[in-house]
Amino acid sequence: MLKDITLGQFFPGRTVVHRLDPRTKLLLLVVYIVALFLAKSFFSYGLVLIFLVGVTLLGRIPFKSMTKGLKPMLIFIIFTAVLNLFYTKGGKLLLDWWIFEIWSDGLETAFFMVLRIMMLVCGTFLLTYTTSPIALTDGLERLLSPLKKLRVPVHELAMMMSIALRFIPTLIEETDKIISAQKARGADFETGSLIRRAKALIPILVPLFVSAFRRADELATAMECRCYHGGEGRTRLKVLRFASIDLIAFFVGGVLLAGVIVLRHFGL
Amino acid sequence: MDPTKPILEVKDLTHVYSSGTPFEHVAVEHIDLSFYPGELVGVIGHTGSGKSTLIQHLNGLLKPSSGKVLFKGEDIWKDKKFTHFIRSKVGLVFQYPEYQLFEETCFKDIAFGPRNQGVSGDELEARVRRAAGFVGLKEEWLQKSPFDLSGGQKRRVAIAGVIAMEPDVLILDEPTAGLDAAGRESILENIKAYQQAQNAAVIMVSHSMEEVARLCSRLIVMNHGSVAMDGVPAEVFTHSVELTQMGLSVPQVTTVFRLLREKGLALPADVYTVGYAVDRLLERKEGRPC
Ligand SMILES: Nc1ncnc2c1ncn2[C@@H]1O[C@H](COP(=O)(O)OP(=O)(O)O)[C@@H](O)[C@H]1O
Ligand SMILES: [Mg+2]
Repeated sequence: MLKDITLGQFFPGRTVVHRLDPRTKLLLLVVYIVALFLAKSFFSYGLVLIFLVGVTLLGRIPFKSMTKGLKPMLIFIIFTAVLNLFYTKGGKLLLDWWIFEIWSDGLETAFFMVLRIMMLVCGTFLLTYTTSPIALTDGLERLLSPLKKLRVPVHELAMMMSIALRFIPTLIEETDKIISAQKARGADFETGSLIRRAKALIPILVPLFVSAFRRADELATAMECRCYHGGEGRTRLKVLRFASIDLIAFFVGGVLLAGVIVLRHFGL
Repeated sequence: MDPTKPILEVKDLTHVYSSGTPFEHVAVEHIDLSFYPGELVGVIGHTGSGKSTLIQHLNGLLKPSSGKVLFKGEDIWKDKKFTHFIRSKVGLVFQYPEYQLFEETCFKDIAFGPRNQGVSGDELEARVRRAAGFVGLKEEWLQKSPFDLSGGQKRRVAIAGVIAMEPDVLILDEPTAGLDAAGRESILENIKAYQQAQNAAVIMVSHSMEEVARLCSRLIVMNHGSVAMDGVPAEVFTHSVELTQMGLSVPQVTTVFRLLREKGLALPADVYTVGYAVDRLLERKEGRPC
């Protein structure tokens, strides 16, 4: 079922990672990504990997759900690997067959590229697995709030994002229901030519759009009934506050970044 | 069809949602049931008792986590083709079916099911009109867009869409939910009329006791994912205390009779319709004048 897609889905929990302030986690993700892009050798990649595995263990995220999340990226990863493998020249020539040439530099680049993409995706999943969408948008809004001075509608953007996130499961559930209902009327989505299959989507898409618009309309009315008028003067039920674990987390993040930079400085 | 041979059988059915994730949830457990041709069965239970999950197994929309569903003795999951074939033999009308309408006209929408079965031409036309007749849809509505109709009318179009497939078993999930009293009443009458005209097996899910009590010849009571009771209404309603504990409302007249019995009056326990209640009271009055 569609519903069983766990891509980026929040796993509720009470671990240290879950309890960190969402702003801390967002900033740490940035630090992690910078570190990942600065990494150049086995040693620095190893350091970042230790961090990734450590946080995964701390957050008690099953490794299975990580690999499951990587699956949809597989084609992209393979494509990158192949491209890098054949188009990077340098170092020793390892294989020369027909029009294909593989160089040792190509092998190295391909390996690190794949590693980098996978670690990037896993790092992002770590954030969404351990942070509820509400907390995430809340943190994002607070982090970006200086931009309000530049007239960027930060609150509105965050509200749109949280509404979108809130309705993804609802719409998935709805899609599931509509698919089942049309299947019950003998609809067939799995056989036939491409055009036939595309046509078979109409009985799903029309009701889905109708219901999405209906929901949007109802939500807008409900928000107005409760006097929603944007971010101006709005207070929060849960005020975000940094705690001592956030300080520790920042320290660990700092060590990671410093480590990678030092290793890079020594050409590692 | 032989009315003594079950048309649908459920054998030790268990269904677990999101198995293997932190959201794992056992929705129905160890269910054994048989349904016979010509029966009008009511399935009742509180919200979340597993009614919808159960009925989605009957036409192969959900695959049992364990256990079997048999149609005329054959496992509906024996091969892919058969599962697909079952969907036209066991018609399922979902809860709030009006949200599945998608065609430009009601006629086309009702024709969607039979067309998927490979019906076309005059036969298709005839089936659509017959189905529309069963649910009381007026001729002129057939050429209207389903999105221009009222909620109750949309529901009729959606039900007609399943009836037009002429299934041997018709299953309806809360067909009267969210309708006003008049709309409820007339849809129930349509269902009853269909059942009698086609001698089909009809399974109706509801959480209104009064509704199923009046209409059905057999009641199945679900509680926390299992079958708590299964029998004729008179028998089920003798357990009015247990029913109330399961969060189900019993017909008012049943409660009145229970209270009278508790006060020491010798009245029967199997009362659930006002007509029957009046007869019993009159009988008593004649037998022992006050
Ligand atoms: N698609 C689903 N995924 C996960 N859990 C579900 C799903 N559908 C229903 N459930 C759960 O299964 C239980 C039974 O639901 P359902 O069969 O819909 O009950 P009813 O129709 O009697 O209200 C409920 O606890 C519900 O939350
Ligand atoms: Mg239900």
